[in-house]
Amino acid sequence: MTLAIVFWAELAIKIGIIAVAVPAIGMVLGFAEMKLSAHMQSRIGPYFAGGRFGWMQLMADGLKFMQKEDIIPADADRPVFRWAPALPLIGTMALLVIIPISAAEFGIIQDLEVGIFYALAISSLSTIGVLMAGWSSANKYSLMGGLRAAGQLIAYELPLVLAVVGVVIQAGTMSMQGIVEAQTAQAWPYVVTQFLGFAIFFVAALAELNRIPFDMPIAESELVMGYVTEYSGFRFLFFFLAEYVNMFTMSAIAVTLFLGGYWFWGIPTDSALLGVIVLLAKSFVLVFIMIWFRWTFPRFREDQLQTLAWKWLIPLAVLNVIATGAFKVLL
Amino acid sequence: MSAYFEDYITVAGFGLFGLVLVVSILGMTFMLRPSNPTYEKLLTYECGVDPVGDGWSQTFVRYYVFGLLFVLFDIEAVFLFPWAIIAEDLGVPGLVAITIFILTLLEGLLYAIRKGVLQWE
Repeated sequence: MTLAIVFWAELAIKIGIIAVAVPAIGMVLGFAEMKLSAHMQSRIGPYFAGGRFGWMQLMADGLKFMQKEDIIPADADRPVFRWAPALPLIGTMALLVIIPISAAEFGIIQDLEVGIFYALAISSLSTIGVLMAGWSSANKYSLMGGLRAAGQLIAYELPLVLAVVGVVIQAGTMSMQGIVEAQTAQAWPYVVTQFLGFAIFFVAALAELNRIPFDMPIAESELVMGYVTEYSGFRFLFFFLAEYVNMFTMSAIAVTLFLGGYWFWGIPTDSALLGVIVLLAKSFVLVFIMIWFRWTFPRFREDQLQTLAWKWLIPLAVLNVIATGAFKVLL
Repeated sequence: MSAYFEDYITVAGFGLFGLVLVVSILGMTFMLRPSNPTYEKLLTYECGVDPVGDGWSQTFVRYYVFGLLFVLFDIEAVFLFPWAIIAEDLGVPGLVAITIFILTLLEGLLYAIRKGVLQWE
C-alpha cells in the first residue's frame, strides 16, 4: 500500500517537472532558432522584449497568441479540426518519458523494457495530428500539406526504425537505460561503430520533424503554410510548440542511442544533475546542427525526397543491419 | 501493483497530462480571446481571393504503392527487433536465417524500383 503511494507521488513529481520542462524547452529552442537564424543572416533578431538580447520575446509572443481569435473556417470539419493540434503535443509528452537522464535511482525517466520500440511507435502520432489538420481544414493547401506529411512519414519511418536495429543488436536490449549502460561499459559511444546508422537516423529524424531541407508539408513558398494554413491563435502555436519540443526529444533520443546519452568521459554517471547537463549539452549540439541546416540547404523536391528514402536510405540501413549482425555474431 | 503496470501507468499518465495541458490552455485562452466571426473571416483561405470550387476536392494520393511497401518493411522491422536482442545467442544459424529474410524483402524493393513503381513521372 505504501509502495503504491510512493509510486503515485513520484508520478506526480515527474509530471510536474515535465510540465515546467516542456514549455521551457520549447521557448529556449524557439528563441535559439530566432537568434541563431538572425546571426547566420547578419541580422540582430529579437532585441527589445525583456531588456537585454530580447530574451522575453517568446513569452511576449505566447501572451499575444492567447489573445488572438480562434477562427474555425465554416467549411472545416469542426471536431477533427479542433482536436488535431492536441495529438502532436500528447505524442511529445509521451515521448519525453523514456529518455534516460542519469543512472541515478530517481530520474524523471521511466525505463521501459521496449523503450526505443515504444519511442518509434509514439513518434509517428504527431503525423496523424498533421494529417487530421490538413484533412479537416477543407483547404487545398492544407490538404496538400497533410498528404505530403503522410508521404514523408511513410518514406522516412523505415530508415529511422532500421537504423535503430543496428544499435539494438550491439546493445542486446531495447531499453534506453540499457543502451546507455552498454555504451558506458565499453567507454565508447556507438557512433564509432554505427556511424552509418547515426547518419541515416539523423537524416530520417530531420524528415520526421519536417525540418528544412525536408519541410515540404509546410513549404511557405508553395503551400502558403501547409497544414496550418487555416489555424490561428493558440491552436496554431500548439503545432510549433510540439515541433520545437520534438526537435529536442528526437535529438535526445539520437544522443541516447548513438552518442552515449548522459555518459561522457570522466564524468560520473550516477549524479542526476551532471547527467542532465551532459544530455542537454549533447542534445543542443544536434539541435544547433538542425538549425544550421535550415540556412544551409535548399528544400528538396517531393520526388527527390522519396527517391532518397527508398533508393538510398532503406537499402543502406538494411545492409547496415546485416553487417552489424554479422560482426556481432562472428566476432 | 507490479512494475509492469507501473511503467505503463506512467506512460499513460504523461499522455493524459498532454491532454490536460491542451484543454487547460485552450480554456484559458477562451476567456482571454475575442470571438467575432464574420462571413469573410470564416471563408477558406486562398491567398485573399474568393475560394475556387470546393475545399473537399478529390486529390490523387500518389502514396498508395508506397503505403503497401511501407507495411511490408514495417512488419520486417517488427520481426527484426526480437532477433536483434538475442542475435548473439542465436549465433550463425540465426544470422543466416535473418539474412535470407532481409534479402528476400530487399529483392522485393529492387523489383519495385525496376518496375518503375517508385518513379514519379
